[in-house]
Amino acid sequence: MIASINVVIPRTKDAALATLAENAGKCTLLAGGTDLMVALEDGRFTSKLVVDLSRLTELRFVRRESDELVIGALATYTDLLRSPHVAQMAPELVLCAREVGAAAIQNRGTLAGSVANASPAGDPLPVLLARDAGIEVASVRGTRTILATQFFVGYRRTALAPDEMITAIRIPAPKVGERFYWRKVGTRRAQSIAKMVLALRATATNGTLQAIAIGVGCAGPTPLRTPKTEALVAGQRLDKMLIDEARRSLAAEVAPIDDLRSTAVYRRRVAGNVLATFLASLT
Amino acid sequence: MKILLGVNGVSKTVEVAPMRRLLDVLRLDLALTGTKEGCGEGECGACSVLLDGVLVNACLIPICQTDGAQIVTVEGLSNGAALSPLQRSFVSEGGAQCGICTPGMLVASHALLNQTPHPSEAQIREGLAGNLCRCTGYTKIVAAVQKAAATP
Amino acid sequence: MPLVGQSPLRKEGLDKVTGATRYGDDLSFPGILHGATVRSTIARGKLRSITFDPTFDWNGLTRVTASDIPGDNVIALIADDQPALVSSEIAHCAEPIALIAGDNAERVAEAIKHVHVDVEPLAAMLDPIAAASSPNGVMKDFLLEEGDLAAAFARADRIVEGEYRTGYQEQLYIEPQVMIAIPREGGAVEIRGSMQCPYYIHKALQRLLKLRPEQVIVIQAATGGGFGGKEDYPSMIAAHCALLAKKSGRPVKILYRRQEDIQATTKRHPSIVRHRSAVTHEGMLLGCDIDLLIDGGAYVTLTPVVVSRAALHANGAYRWQAARIHARAVRTNTPPNGAFRGFGAPQAIFAIEAHVEAIARELGMAPHALRRKNLLRLGDVLPTGQVLRSSVASREVFEDALQRSGFEEKRARYAEERTRGGRKVRGVGCSVFHHGAGFTGAGEVHLKSVAGVEITTDGRARVLAASTEIGQGTRTIFAQIVADALALTYDDVDIEEADTSLVPDSGPTVASRTCMVVGGLLHRACKEIKQRVPKGTSLAAWAALAPLEARRSLMQYTPPPEIVWDEATYRGDAYAAYGWGANVAEVEVDLDTGETTVLRLTASIDAGTVMHPVLAEGQVEGGTAQGLGWATVEELRAKEGRYLHDRMSTYIIPTALDTPPIDARLIECPTPHQPLGAKGLGELPIDGPAPAVVAAILDATGFLPTALPASPETLLAALESA
Ligand SMILES: Cc1cc2nc3c(=O)[nH]c(=O)nc-3n(C[C@H](O)[C@H](O)[C@@H](O)COP(=O)(O)OP(=O)(O)OC[C@H]3O[C@@H](n4cnc5c(N)ncnc54)[C@H](O)[C@@H]3O)c2cc1C
Ligand code: FES
Ligand code: FES
Repeated sequence: MIASINVVIPRTKDAALATLAENAGKCTLLAGGTDLMVALEDGRFTSKLVVDLSRLTELRFVRRESDELVIGALATYTDLLRSPHVAQMAPELVLCAREVGAAAIQNRGTLAGSVANASPAGDPLPVLLARDAGIEVASVRGTRTILATQFFVGYRRTALAPDEMITAIRIPAPKVGERFYWRKVGTRRAQSIAKMVLALRATATNGTLQAIAIGVGCAGPTPLRTPKTEALVAGQRLDKMLIDEARRSLAAEVAPIDDLRSTAVYRRRVAGNVLATFLASLT
Repeated sequence: MKILLGVNGVSKTVEVAPMRRLLDVLRLDLALTGTKEGCGEGECGACSVLLDGVLVNACLIPICQTDGAQIVTVEGLSNGAALSPLQRSFVSEGGAQCGICTPGMLVASHALLNQTPHPSEAQIREGLAGNLCRCTGYTKIVAAVQKAAATP
Repeated sequence: MPLVGQSPLRKEGLDKVTGATRYGDDLSFPGILHGATVRSTIARGKLRSITFDPTFDWNGLTRVTASDIPGDNVIALIADDQPALVSSEIAHCAEPIALIAGDNAERVAEAIKHVHVDVEPLAAMLDPIAAASSPNGVMKDFLLEEGDLAAAFARADRIVEGEYRTGYQEQLYIEPQVMIAIPREGGAVEIRGSMQCPYYIHKALQRLLKLRPEQVIVIQAATGGGFGGKEDYPSMIAAHCALLAKKSGRPVKILYRRQEDIQATTKRHPSIVRHRSAVTHEGMLLGCDIDLLIDGGAYVTLTPVVVSRAALHANGAYRWQAARIHARAVRTNTPPNGAFRGFGAPQAIFAIEAHVEAIARELGMAPHALRRKNLLRLGDVLPTGQVLRSSVASREVFEDALQRSGFEEKRARYAEERTRGGRKVRGVGCSVFHHGAGFTGAGEVHLKSVAGVEITTDGRARVLAASTEIGQGTRTIFAQIVADALALTYDDVDIEEADTSLVPDSGPTVASRTCMVVGGLLHRACKEIKQRVPKGTSLAAWAALAPLEARRSLMQYTPPPEIVWDEATYRGDAYAAYGWGANVAEVEVDLDTGETTVLRLTASIDAGTVMHPVLAEGQVEGGTAQGLGWATVEELRAKEGRYLHDRMSTYIIPTALDTPPIDARLIECPTPHQPLGAKGLGELPIDGPAPAVVAAILDATGFLPTALPASPETLLAALESA
């Protein structure tokens, strides 16, 4: 029952970490609340102590630090949409942020909240995977950065320790010649949970695909990278044969399920097709 | 938990559980029933209000996050008896049918026009995409926002 | 200048934009309790016992089971087969079994978990096709025959067959169902809440509670959308509130949360329609042989009327030399399906219009040319033998939609575009349709609706009708009609609350009948009053002195004498008038994902005389958008008789971004059977968008979706196997 939940509202990151350390495993962090409040309304929320991070203004920022785009844990999707740094350094994240829920959700929902929530259908997570982003986490024990590719360890499970919180997301600056792509296939054009999400980072020169990173959502228990397909196509000539092979390979490599929103068969097809059309656009 | 907040310019104090939804505080504790509930999960936008000028879904806001904040609900959109241009155009253009989405639509439209005083049709549709209407097919809502935007 | 035809500001508009309007959940009464419902969890079974956990503290909670019902345990409607609370047999998975009320909603929610229902599971019938051949599985069976079908088929150059399916559709009014019962003196009960039909509740509660008519008072609260979903189900909730209120002696409110609302309330009937058509090479439609099946769910509710309307629209807006239409509604162990805008016609029209696309493809004919050739005209005969004697606008609406949308030019342009390749392809499709206005057959005769007008002593008019304002503009249109008829201003007309203690039964607010039928009664009432005012005396001067009986006129519906219907043989004039409509949809299909984007939708609609252009366009646009949702994204599947998509995050309706600009135009072809020439408007617009969309998908991709929703999943599978 709602009345029995206590809330602590720390004003500094250090105070938050101290509370977290004291109550490790027994408290729940609250940022924009767009996931948490739904869980609460559904009766899926059992914690008796909430630590409300929303007053930690020190964590609400988007900035460039030499060769990284750094997004503070309290930056909302609207903050991302307004940031010139994001537009410059992660244009695919702009496309993505525009499609998260709709305006009111973007105004509250945070990127870090999506990361912590670790839904296999979380829109921005494939971007972070494809960009080899780092998830900066802190506790009273110190700060460390976990690679996005190592962060999502199981269905809605992350590498966060019980006393840790996310403090920032770090996205490496684009390298010369890198192209980015993001595509969500959802149930509708807004307020939509994805059926399939694909984020791509690729470098192609003179008809050869030098390198590619593929992040996929709704393709298994966690958002994932697809190393087999990446290895298959990297370094190859971008011709029709390769593109068809890439399409088949990705469709085979992902491991989606049937659920309320779509079917496994459809998701495989779409992942392959979207990749193929992107590759074709590089030629 | 004791919460001090401004609602439509009037300061209010409520003593409620910290995770109580802003929506319930408005509707039940403050008897401001203009804000509606259609889903309770952020999907329909019937509960849209402005929190420090920002469009939010009141069903997703725990009251502890509003301490010291300014809230505007549909009841606060008109200036005394004078309707806002949006309120007027929603009536004249047929933007309100059953009216249950209307408070949220109006608040979202206000937020949109505050941000983008002269939005294109595409911007209006994007700005209102979090507000479901089952009656109008949105055409007249878009027209109402366009008309209000054109009102000096 | 008459008010009819203008767009005065809607009567309750000001309150709606200031947040002042009170909907059901905005109302409260001193001492009000929160009620909640214990439901079955399986599709079929025998109720053995109900146990209220003895370890739980039931203090201060009111509990109700079937044994508390003083009268008959039925929600009286057509067949009286649905209990208010299960007493023995469970027929679907959301059946109400027990009720709890208490001061605190959270405690009531907790208490619900402490009610243990012991049920012996029984095999459930979940497949409508199997139900059709099972004993007791068919609720209603119709056969319409006209002309010599065998001869038509014998003469055919081609026989085209097809099967078309549509799924459930949820009304998804944004305001969930809510009802309040207030105990009144002497055992009476007052009901307030969200509803379309106060008198349905009035009737149901008399039977259930053994009360006299004056002991049941039903008052509509502002209602946040209905679309048919608040036609019959509110009687159930009102029954529950009333039982709890009687037992507790306190006012009781039951508010459905969205999931409960979707799980328990009625849906659009799923349908399976098989067409077999005899046609000539030149595209003459000779004979249609149609087999139509809809799934009624566990109880009869309004299903017989729905299947009858489906049958009567199954032939489409076309002239056939011979027709055979076999329509059945079956019983399954799923929550009852019921009214939803269109009432069976959209399913039937989807099937025939998609089938016309299939015929055109087989004949290698342009689909609009095939339609043109066979459109119903004045003097044509329908499958019931009805001769179309007036007000046929099939050609006008169709040509208007084609012309305004630039159909032919776009068809050519998109075809040319597609030859250039690309992963996105565009296409254009059309539909044309008709919709019988008002109740089917003798429905209006049985209803005997009454409505009227009273002039107050200060010369204002008060409209007395139980027709509800659910967003469509009832109050506004009534005021326009009455003001014109009495030469008053719009502001001089007040609309009495839809309160059964104050207004007569003007019939349910359904079937697009409010303006046409009830509006007609008001018009007659006004005329009668005017005749009572002596020449040379003003209405106000007369009213100041006239007695109440003179100032009040109530009119009862009588069918136009030239309209003849035989209920026993199902022949004759099924509807006094038909509305006509045509749509053109333009779509873009993403070949990588099978996603369809509707780019633009043109609607040309004839509903007779237009009372209020802004409201009328609003009806067209709203109905069109619902039709688009049904066509594209609104998917509701069930597993073991329970809906899977039971919340707003899973039952998807179009947002402002999913809905294209809707270009609506009203074409007025008045009917002589209504004083002002109005035909029904509320439902017609939802009939055509879905088939126009699948036609456009066919044009774009070469694949004709034959099931709704036309999901990206099916489309992509079809495109990739092609
Ligand atoms: C109507 C609606 C539409 C939506 N649409 C989309 C969509 O289109 N795409 C999409 O991807 N998502 C969508 N979401 C989901 C949601 O918006 C996102 O997952 C995300 O924005 C949540 O961020 P938040 O700040 O609101 O998280 P909260 O709800 O506050 O928290 C979410 C989880 O993250 C944890 N958490 C939050 N911050 C931290 C931190 N700094 N460190 C560690 N843990 C933390 C919380 O404990 C909680 O478990 C939607 C949600 C709703 C209600
Ligand atoms: S009630 Fe808050 S978004 Fe629906
Ligand atoms: S006006 Fe009824 S939901 Fe929008």
